[in-house]
Amino acid sequence: MSAAHIQLDRQGRLLHFLTVEGLTPRHLTEILDTAESLRGVAERRVKKLPTLHGKTVVNLFFEASTRTRTTFELAAKRLSADVLNLNIATSSAVKGESLLDTLRNIEAMQCDMFVVRHEQSGAAEFIAHHVKPHIAVLNAGDGRHAHPTQAMLDVFTIRRHKPDFPNLSVAIVGDILHSRVARSLIHALNILGAGEIRVIAPRTLLPAHIETLGVHAFHDPRQGLRDVDVVVMLRLQRERMEGALLPSEAEFFQRYGLTEERLALAKPDAIVMHPAPINRGVEIDSRVADGPQSVILEQVTNGIAVRMAIMSITLGHHARPTAENV
Amino acid sequence: MRTMIQGGRIIDPARQMDVVADLFIAKGRIAGLGQPPDGFIADQVIAAHDRVVCPGLIDLCARLREPGQERKATIASESAAAAAGGITTLVCPPDTDPPIDEPAVVEWIRRRAKAAGQARVLTLGALTRRLRGERLAEMAALQDAGCVGVSDGGRPIANSRVLRRALEYAATFNLTVFLTPLDPDLGHGLAHEGQVAARLGLSGIPVAAETGSIARNLELVRDLGVRVHFGRLSSARAVDLIARAQADGLPVTADVAVHHLHLTEIDLIGFDSRCHVRPPLRSLRDKDALRAGVATGVLGAICSDHQPHEPDAKLAPFGDTEPGISGLDTLLALSLCLVRDEVLSLPAVIERLTWGPARILGLESGHLEVGAVADICIFDPAVEWRLEPGIIRSRGQNSPFAGWELQGRVVQTLLGGRTVFGD
Repeated sequence: MSAAHIQLDRQGRLLHFLTVEGLTPRHLTEILDTAESLRGVAERRVKKLPTLHGKTVVNLFFEASTRTRTTFELAAKRLSADVLNLNIATSSAVKGESLLDTLRNIEAMQCDMFVVRHEQSGAAEFIAHHVKPHIAVLNAGDGRHAHPTQAMLDVFTIRRHKPDFPNLSVAIVGDILHSRVARSLIHALNILGAGEIRVIAPRTLLPAHIETLGVHAFHDPRQGLRDVDVVVMLRLQRERMEGALLPSEAEFFQRYGLTEERLALAKPDAIVMHPAPINRGVEIDSRVADGPQSVILEQVTNGIAVRMAIMSITLGHHARPTAENV
Repeated sequence: MRTMIQGGRIIDPARQMDVVADLFIAKGRIAGLGQPPDGFIADQVIAAHDRVVCPGLIDLCARLREPGQERKATIASESAAAAAGGITTLVCPPDTDPPIDEPAVVEWIRRRAKAAGQARVLTLGALTRRLRGERLAEMAALQDAGCVGVSDGGRPIANSRVLRRALEYAATFNLTVFLTPLDPDLGHGLAHEGQVAARLGLSGIPVAAETGSIARNLELVRDLGVRVHFGRLSSARAVDLIARAQADGLPVTADVAVHHLHLTEIDLIGFDSRCHVRPPLRSLRDKDALRAGVATGVLGAICSDHQPHEPDAKLAPFGDTEPGISGLDTLLALSLCLVRDEVLSLPAVIERLTWGPARILGLESGHLEVGAVADICIFDPAVEWRLEPGIIRSRGQNSPFAGWELQGRVVQTLLGGRTVFGD
């Protein structure tokens, strides 16, 4: 059940990075190990590698996001690529142009990689289906479907702190229903053989049949957080109140927010993660977000190395453009 | 023109007839079966040995896209596709642009269909003006203009008070009401609320969006005794509700789109926009229950739910594509696959495509009795063929069945005794 066919070449190597689902432990480990070796680059005086010298990376963002775009931009630049940022917010000004037309236009600018964020699930896969064969597509978030580079930086961060995956227990708390981060992280953890994955949320924020993804669902954090090694908090969007999914931010925080008391239910050395930006006092208490168990800022740092790894791996597997496919 | 169809296997479900015999046509009507009428001299003879001769198919729901969306298809293009598919009667729901909410539109469609001359195009009038679910449409005038029923046109009426009055008013004129069972608020998503939607991150349409709407409407039927037809069921629980209502003696009927008898939520994997339909493709269990519903007759008709699209309508991320499948080309063959799959017998499948929908519509056609209009489909039940994308005759090439191995193929279609497809 996956898009594995289009993101892999005949030898099973990554051409695009669209979803974690359907990949093997080898694929993920290669990314994590490469990221580990790239992590030192940022500490050097010259923070650059020549890997993508002469390549052009386009950040194609149909949904506004400064933060994610910036980390991709930094990752590409540290690999010596040229970077083009295109924010194509789906405003009325561009409504007339179809996604395919936008794509053809940018393709004509002779690029090598598209980093795509779009509000529709499946958008990155759609784009990968329609781009010229020498272009690599990285999914920077498609609707509720997948955010695979975030999942990889999450498991990268977990592995640095808790390398014993078979005995690992991870709780993901909050708006699972709308979360591409949660879906991709669940797949990544399952592929790497994590011991147990729990999702904790009120029923309105859990998709029906979520257990078919290989998780245990909890509605009460007092049970769900007990003895876990990792707590991943998800961002709660304000729109959820208007959609009649929750009564208020206050009630959500009161029942599900990660406070010091609730965190005490987890293992004493549990780490706290969040894909950021965080809503202090909505899903997480400031004392926890800034506390000793929080690795939230480390995730941001790791994100650059992980994205560098994914960029160099996928582009490395692409044939050089030839006369026909340019 | 007098025609003899020679040596075919004549299946006429209206009379439970299944015989090998000759069929005689004169003046556009069935003139005799087995024995020619006195003095009959055929102008042409159609050899139909090893072929099935049955009434022309009656499709309860086909969007022809005219008026209003001629970039997708036209009455002429789609009635030609219907003829090639053995379909002689198409029922067009009122959600055209402008909608069928006044007699002029009915008349306009009739003229276009007549000019095309490939199939009978019947219309359902709108229940409410502009299909907005607020004020009643002039149903009596629409009936006089020729509408065979009234309908919400795929835009379910949210306001129960308006719906109740619309049903009551329709019943005054003995009009059958064709309803789309989908709660507009609950039905807002993109895919069946199941494991595939959870995985792909597509917003879910719960089964209750369908059953909740059916349950409310059945209670209104219980109050008013109005004849209601529920179009395009998608779930096992919906089939149950209709079965119980029919057992209670309520005047309700239902149909299913043929693609719901073959596809499930699993077919959405890979975000295949050709499988983006409303109501959504549901679970395997639902598909099996729909098949069983066709077998028992709770679902009295199989329709194409034909929705042709231009290529661009499906060339986008799943949620940005338009729902619907182009179905005229495959209605018969996909239905015949049910015989291969041992869901029902050949005569029973033909019943759901001819006499079944004819009864729902209250038509005189859909059978082969002497005197009936000679709308006839002749097909070869044994042929196995592959649906290549290039051979779809509808202007809409949006079929998820491209590449499928299908069973049975139309060789000739007659409309009022005149050949509209085949030689």
